[in-house]
Amino acid sequence: MRRIAAITRNPAAVALVAMLAVAGCASKQTPNNPADLGLGAGAATPGSAQDFTVNVGDRIFFDTDSSVIRADAQTTLARQAQWLAQYPTYAITVEGHADERGTREYNLALGARRAAAARDFLVARGVQANRIRTISYGKERPVAVCDNISCWSQNRRAVTVLSGGS
Amino acid sequence: MTNTLKALFSTALLSVGLALAATQPARAVLEIDITQGVVEPLPIAITDFIANDAIGQEIAAVVAADLQRSGLFKPIEKGAFIEKITNPDVAPRFPDWTVINAQALVTGRVSHEADGRLRAEFRLWDTFAGQQLVGEQFFANKANWRRVAHIIADAIYERLTGEKGYFDTRIVYVEESGPKDKRVKRLAIMDQDGANNRPLSDGRAIVMTPRFSPNRQEITYMSYEGGQPQVYLLQIETGQRELVGNFPGMTFAPRFSPDGQKVVMSLLRQDGNSNIYAMDLRSRTTTRLTSSNAIDTSPSYSPDGTRVVFTSDRGGRPHIYVMGADGSNPQRISFGDGTYSTPVWSPRGDLIAFTKQSGGQFQIGVMRTDGSGERILSSGFLQEGPTWAPNGRVIMFFREGAGQGGPKLYSIDLTGRNEQAIPTPQYASDPAWSPLLD
Repeated sequence: MRRIAAITRNPAAVALVAMLAVAGCASKQTPNNPADLGLGAGAATPGSAQDFTVNVGDRIFFDTDSSVIRADAQTTLARQAQWLAQYPTYAITVEGHADERGTREYNLALGARRAAAARDFLVARGVQANRIRTISYGKERPVAVCDNISCWSQNRRAVTVLSGGS
Repeated sequence: MTNTLKALFSTALLSVGLALAATQPARAVLEIDITQGVVEPLPIAITDFIANDAIGQEIAAVVAADLQRSGLFKPIEKGAFIEKITNPDVAPRFPDWTVINAQALVTGRVSHEADGRLRAEFRLWDTFAGQQLVGEQFFANKANWRRVAHIIADAIYERLTGEKGYFDTRIVYVEESGPKDKRVKRLAIMDQDGANNRPLSDGRAIVMTPRFSPNRQEITYMSYEGGQPQVYLLQIETGQRELVGNFPGMTFAPRFSPDGQKVVMSLLRQDGNSNIYAMDLRSRTTTRLTSSNAIDTSPSYSPDGTRVVFTSDRGGRPHIYVMGADGSNPQRISFGDGTYSTPVWSPRGDLIAFTKQSGGQFQIGVMRTDGSGERILSSGFLQEGPTWAPNGRVIMFFREGAGQGGPKLYSIDLTGRNEQAIPTPQYASDPAWSPLLD
């Protein structure tokens, strides 16, 4: 019951599904979407990586050329911090990414700034800094490939990847 | 390898047609003024070099292709030739060449020495003046026959334009394969015309932004191989790799100083901003050049080593700044609409090439070092990463279309009129042009 509630409270996942439907572009299936994982909504074991990805949301999105944590992203990061407090054996890597509408070196720096912004938010919400590693991929690893704004907006992201664990 | 090659290439002026050379030319000596915006390509006849095998024809073809791609020369179709050159040691029948409007004529011979080396001789003639302009010969290992052709093309280009050529050069770049979200990237190297392509890394780690050292023997680049993205050095011939410095965070956007003693690059700070550092490769000491709470990246030295141009968003959006090589007195130089990044100082010192994003397009352009005289040379959906030919007359960059597919390399001259696709076996990005070998 609690988990189902969490899903409906996850606006990022719902928004993403809607966006994909509208854009109709070639896109890698994103783990935010429960259907993509072939799992029922309640299938993820609490405290598992699936639980984190499906019920918490592993990624946040940014405006163009910005590393400001938006309101929707704050909600997701707050859920991440809460979950990480509940499951303290995990360490995380925050990956910062940029869309392709920038030059390579600048985008590496921009991805790094996004990862740092997400990390700082998590730390402010009580996640110990030594559990967090950051890395920037710049524009090297898009999740969505096409030529319009909706795709680029999916690529401007910071993804929290779990490591270690129980 | 360079030293060996150097020894192999001995040059000597050929002194044939002394009587002709001593005669005053009937008119001003043939010359192309490439400082003007619009240049009509010079009609030139490049005859097959006399040889016992196909190599004479092959060398002539490489010379002709080099000169044609420069946009300054128009090689004449061989079918139009009237005189058949049989002995390149005697003067050609100039009227046979002027009548087909060949303003310059190239003749030559290739032979095989007893020791297995190749001997190549060529002469450049001013047909209307009836005069030999250049006569040289080269010895080289047979495997290096394309380099011989490029050196001959450089000699012709230099004699007729007054500028150094750029054909005996190489390109290091990133070869890309696989789908966009799982791109495999390898360092690769090739001649400037796309020949002799070979990979320099295995593709297991993402690599980017390779740049030549001034001695052409090593490159600096960024790689994810250690988990943390960092700047490395690679010896091209031995494959030996080395991490540049021991920094806690990501290092990126490396470039050599003009004397090859330093690498200047960005270092990521703990707070997520990036500053520029110079590292002395001998003493391993680092000097911090910027300390803004912003992104400072893509540093590039002026050819005299006294200044550094770089990208910064300290003013809110990415723009181009110039500072002293010690970090002093940073001044913004780009003020147009849109954003500016990837500045690269011309080897001549006069211009800075850049990528500009404006109106949803990516543009490659140049400006003077004080930011004045901005000119856009090329515009497209996505293109970036300019690199200069060593004579400062041509820029190479990469361009990509929308959606799937991938980037390819292009060159464009400073007039913006002569764009050429550079053939690569796979998709290609991040080109860096080598200096000329002295």
